[in-house]
Amino acid sequence: MKNKEKKKKQSLVEKAKLFVKDYRRQLPLQMMVIPGIIFMIIFCYMPIYGLTIAFKSYTVIDTIDSAKWVGWANFKIVATDKYFWQSVINTLGISFLKLLIGFTTPIILSIMIYELRDGPFKRIIQTISYLPHFLSWIVLGGMIINWLSTTGLLNQILMAVGLVDNPTNFLLDSGKYWWIASLSDTWKEAGWGTVLYLATMAGIDPTYYEAARIDGAGRLRQITSITLPLMKTIISLNFILTISGLLKSNLDQTLVLMNSQNQAKAEVIDSYVYRMGMTQGDFSYATAVGLGVSVVSVILLVTANKITGKINEESVL
Amino acid sequence: MNVTVILLITIIILVPLLNVLASSFSGSTALAEGGFIFFPKEWSLDNYRAVFKDTSIWKAFFISVAKTVIGVVTHVFFCAMVAFALSKKDLRGRKLYTVMGIITMFFSGGMIPTYLLMKQLGLLNNFMVYILPQLFSYYDVVILMNFFRQIPASLEESAQIDGAGVWKIFLSIAMPLSKPALATIALFNGVYQWNDFMTAKLYMTNKDLYPVQMKLYEIIVQQQAQSMNSIGNVALSTTSKGIQLATIVVTTVPIIIIYPLLQKHFVSGMMLGAVKE
Repeated sequence: MKNKEKKKKQSLVEKAKLFVKDYRRQLPLQMMVIPGIIFMIIFCYMPIYGLTIAFKSYTVIDTIDSAKWVGWANFKIVATDKYFWQSVINTLGISFLKLLIGFTTPIILSIMIYELRDGPFKRIIQTISYLPHFLSWIVLGGMIINWLSTTGLLNQILMAVGLVDNPTNFLLDSGKYWWIASLSDTWKEAGWGTVLYLATMAGIDPTYYEAARIDGAGRLRQITSITLPLMKTIISLNFILTISGLLKSNLDQTLVLMNSQNQAKAEVIDSYVYRMGMTQGDFSYATAVGLGVSVVSVILLVTANKITGKINEESVL
Repeated sequence: MNVTVILLITIIILVPLLNVLASSFSGSTALAEGGFIFFPKEWSLDNYRAVFKDTSIWKAFFISVAKTVIGVVTHVFFCAMVAFALSKKDLRGRKLYTVMGIITMFFSGGMIPTYLLMKQLGLLNNFMVYILPQLFSYYDVVILMNFFRQIPASLEESAQIDGAGVWKIFLSIAMPLSKPALATIALFNGVYQWNDFMTAKLYMTNKDLYPVQMKLYEIIVQQQAQSMNSIGNVALSTTSKGIQLATIVVTTVPIIIIYPLLQKHFVSGMMLGAVKE
């Protein structure tokens, strides 16, 4: 018994010695990694440690360590905060519309682009549809405000077609905000969303289609029996990521499109955290909201992965 | 049928963009009346004249260029350096480093703890807040690591025999051979830096350090408030609307200029970063 332990100790010492020796030999290489490690400790792990203020009552004169522990008190207030729950409803409402429109549009669009013959037309279509992705939300927000104003593009088109008689400013109508948020997001990202799908489709063996054609399968049949089944994995991966992001919201978009008239429907979780923390200075409370929401997001991710795993017989993540 | 639908979608994307461009060249009375899509009743360069006369916009433009250029160069170099060392399979402690990196991909402290950290580090109202927190990204390290691994070991060995040190191999063999990956990361990081407005919104109160996106945000918010309050004062709100439109166009020009380059690189970048989404 004792001998064994002694041996173990010895081998541990030897291992440590070997480690030090190797480390010394690799010193120049190690010096290249260390800045990265220091960066991660400061900019990633310190804020994670900072999450503890969700369980404290932090005031401006405190440091993270000196603040008093209050347990679950902040979370209890969050649970009964009706403004918080309104922001949850808004986030979910916008997210579900995005799931409905923003998730399906790129799939349909990529199939349509894939069916086009290769050539300048296809390239031009792709160039145009990717472009909005690279515009910032501030730029796009400014554009949207103009399009939806009383003298803007949308009112002009609707009046020309005869759908409305009097122009209205759509952004001042809170009932329309969820649609504005989700549709504008789809407008911006749908083209970009096709890139990954198109790359996957480019990898499909063309002989599949030839064989199907010989068997008399039409274009639609080829799409439903070859293209879509082969994209199952990538589509489910995207689906899982979308589901786990249901409680995530677009802060840039919200900050630029929200105004005093539509705030009741436009306030999402992220903008609520921003308002409580940055504007009102209630750091502990805002952190509690953020932390609670991230925990639920992780649960969503795991659940979505399990469900699609059952459908696909193998989990994607 | 398919072609028609695709054309329609393209029009839905293109028409609003061209409408903004046309409106930015419209005189203020024509802008107030509306009633055009591509051809304003009265062309004018007044909006642009007003924008270019405003020194605060020039300043913001300069800050944006500085933050983008410095940010991209330092980010790419820093990530490549770490990735190069991590790409060596026999590196001691590599497992621990990798786990530390992967954790950062899934967990973060969020808005408030990060803000408190920046405050503690003295980065509020400091230009370095655009650069320092953006130095490192484990996603990009993973992409570069995979690239460095593909470099034939014999190349490095022969360099080693010739007496080249780690840095020499990194700078004169690994970096030049990974240009496509470096370019992809540089371009995407560049777009991020140019478009980023949250950093300024969270950490900057000093208007002299506003990047152009933050400046634009300020103009938009002001104009919104004006048009909501001063319904009677049409002239005032339409001039500022014109300035807002011209600023939007000016802010977007750099993106349009590098767009062809971006397009060349982003399909490969997307595939490299398939896990990234």
